[in-house]
Amino acid sequence: MVAFTLNGKAQTLDVNPEMPLLWAIRDVIGLTGTKFGCGMAQCGACTVHIDGTATRSCQTSIGDVEGAKITTIEGLSGKVGQMVQTVWAELDVPQCGYCQSGQIMSASALLTETPKPTDEDINSAMSGNLCRCATYQRIRAAIHEAAHRLEA
Amino acid sequence: MLQSRFDPNTVRATRRQFLVGTATAAGLVVGYKLIASDPASAQTAPAPAQPNPFQAYVEITPENKILIHSSQFEMGQGSYFGVATLVMEELGGDWAQVEVVGASGNPALYGNLAWGGIAQGTGGSTSMTSSWERYRKAGATARMMLTAAAAKAWNVPENELDVTSGVVTHSSGKRATFGELSASAGELPVPDNVPLKSREQWSQIGSDKLKRYDSIGKTNGTQSYTIDVKMDGLLTAVMIHPPKFGAELVSFDAAKAKEFDGVVDVVQTPRGIAVVGRDMWSALKGRELVTAQWDEKNAEQRGSSEILEEYRRLAGGPAAATARNDGDVAAALSAADRVVEANYEFPYLVHASLEPLNAVARKDENGVIEIWGGHQMPDLYQAVAAQVGETTPDKVKLHVMKTGGSFGRRAVADADLIVEAVATAKALGWKAPVKVQWTRENDMRGGRYRPAYVHSLKAGLDKDGKLVALHDHIVGQSILGGSPFAAMIKDGVDATSVEGASNLPYAIPNLKVELTTTDVKIPVLWWRSVGSTHTAYAIETFMDDLAAAAKRDPVEFRLSMLEAHPRHAAVLRLAAEKADWNKPLPEGRFRGVALHESFSTYVAEIAEITFRSATDFTVDRVVCAVDCGIAINPDQIRAQMEGGIGFGLGAILQEELTLTKGIVDQENYDSYTPLRIEQMPRIEVHIVPSDEPPTGVGEPGVPPIGPAVANALRAATGRTIQKLPVTKGLSA
Repeated sequence: MVAFTLNGKAQTLDVNPEMPLLWAIRDVIGLTGTKFGCGMAQCGACTVHIDGTATRSCQTSIGDVEGAKITTIEGLSGKVGQMVQTVWAELDVPQCGYCQSGQIMSASALLTETPKPTDEDINSAMSGNLCRCATYQRIRAAIHEAAHRLEA
Repeated sequence: MLQSRFDPNTVRATRRQFLVGTATAAGLVVGYKLIASDPASAQTAPAPAQPNPFQAYVEITPENKILIHSSQFEMGQGSYFGVATLVMEELGGDWAQVEVVGASGNPALYGNLAWGGIAQGTGGSTSMTSSWERYRKAGATARMMLTAAAAKAWNVPENELDVTSGVVTHSSGKRATFGELSASAGELPVPDNVPLKSREQWSQIGSDKLKRYDSIGKTNGTQSYTIDVKMDGLLTAVMIHPPKFGAELVSFDAAKAKEFDGVVDVVQTPRGIAVVGRDMWSALKGRELVTAQWDEKNAEQRGSSEILEEYRRLAGGPAAATARNDGDVAAALSAADRVVEANYEFPYLVHASLEPLNAVARKDENGVIEIWGGHQMPDLYQAVAAQVGETTPDKVKLHVMKTGGSFGRRAVADADLIVEAVATAKALGWKAPVKVQWTRENDMRGGRYRPAYVHSLKAGLDKDGKLVALHDHIVGQSILGGSPFAAMIKDGVDATSVEGASNLPYAIPNLKVELTTTDVKIPVLWWRSVGSTHTAYAIETFMDDLAAAAKRDPVEFRLSMLEAHPRHAAVLRLAAEKADWNKPLPEGRFRGVALHESFSTYVAEIAEITFRSATDFTVDRVVCAVDCGIAINPDQIRAQMEGGIGFGLGAILQEELTLTKGIVDQENYDSYTPLRIEQMPRIEVHIVPSDEPPTGVGEPGVPPIGPAVANALRAATGRTIQKLPVTKGLSA
């Protein structure tokens, strides 16, 4: 039995402790906003926040999150998270949209840590999130725009 | 894709014979009945009292929803938004009412008009061409019926009514929502020849303020894809495919797998072994425990380097077929003042869409097989599903899901995922719905690649530096060959192998394009912009070699051969102007240009790079000019150019799928490497104003970026990269 906080609520799971957090979230708990893209932390589609840090849930075992605070795209809240989502939609960043939950989770973590990121900061924080539609120009613009509005 | 050459001017819903508007409990349904091209199947019967819900383009529900049934598949390129824009322009609804669903099951209604309407499908960047008249008329007809219903109810003339944001109003103060009018509107006769708005009246088409109606669901995790389909008792299956293409299963041992808690069963399908679990992780763990023996005697045993070596040999010999032959190339080459030659090599490429391929299948209580998936060619999938499921196509219902990319991969003639899902559900005795979910490794090693090609080019310049002869011999696999579309191969030429070269616009008096199709057992497929992925690169970099040999400016050299092609010339001029082509760049920075038309959309791109060394350069900026006829959603045109450039740039710089002794070397994104954010250049898109009918934008942004970057590298290094990817060609 593993106990942790998911999107602000206490959660317990009785599954094989080796099960990756990704599949526990998607298949056992039933929250499907977090996506599967590669299974080896190469694409970032499965990014969630664990204690505020952007983390690849496909490479995190459920047995390792005892007591952790986990946030998925469904539970993203607060000023930064909401601003990122708002700007993302306003700039029509998504094309297919499949990677965007992961992109938004990475971008929110970046802006929380670094409120005024440079292009270099964006590169290093977002490099692990693949977008096969290559919406990168708008991802970058949306991060700068969200930073700008959050500063105001 | 299926038919890459078409004339958008001739695409019209001309076979429309009568409209069907029917009142149902569901409100107003507007659809066209089309006379099928085969007179024997012409539909002359009256409309059924209870219309098939798939037989509609626009539905207004009593709950005041505008439900648009899109013939065109949504894989990220914005086709649902485009189709909805056409409907909304004429209908006058409120975007908050709009929902778009994927239609299927009626080629007479949903057949792609750019393909003559014979089958429903999405490809070849034809969605807006096919939908342009069809969906505007559907919107206009629905609006006319709604206002007629209001006029009748209020006893006022129709021309005194106003429609704004989904509400019909009259100066007397009367008002009704579309939803309130839907039932009575559905009982009215269907008007014919409903006029469409003139360009001056448009408020949606061409609007730069319009935003995608589906962006919010893609930012909060609520957008559902096939991988997210939920239903009671749903099982998840992962596949074990043959290790080499063409290998056959001899036997397998699943005893250990079945002991793993959560593994439900392990079954054989015509395409491999399906390990079925109660969740994805159980299925994955079970897969690790299955052992299988394969018969490889008919399998492809060669590696990609042996295959390309064979292609190089073939390219130097006589060609098997001729795709174009103007003048006398041999004579013109021997009479030329200078002859320039180049040999190009293109690797296999993977679509690598971020949502690994999948499909969900079940049989309902009435014996209908239902399949959720990325149904890019629904008619074909319905037929294949019926065959595998041992039933008739009318007992197959497709649920068309939005997908996490495709780039062509969801349009597969043998319906691979459909076969696997239906066969797995069948092998389980239809006792539970099952989702077949590929892993990234299945995707990389599963075939259906952009074929590898070799081009052997030779050209002649006269003493004035004029291009007088060009010969291109293309060697590679056929995409259409061995598929249900093989009949489209004419005189040994698969148009998808030569498109972009065979229709070269440049005025070259002696021009020959030849093709040698190879026999390799690696499955291949259309990959975003298909033949143009390699022809544009070979031709457009060769043009810079020729311009250099002729000591002419690359833009001027091209323009001098485009007098008969004003749309090509216009995008090239626009890109050159916006990129300040004639102004020098600071030291260490270089420009390259490329021009290419694909799917009747014209694109010129100019890339700016900073070059420090062969292993240290960056693509900083790309200026893109596009002419796609009338711009329906300008911001989506920009989005598709941006994305197409990023997609094409990754491929040309660093994507390559290789095989060693018949086994694919790459398995995941660590070794097959699409573009990442730090490599994305700054992109500016300029749209040519136009009154021409709209053409597509999903693919045409891709072809010019490779040659534009390669030409910038040529400007920096003095040599053209002829072996792709660039990172390999530069170090070669």
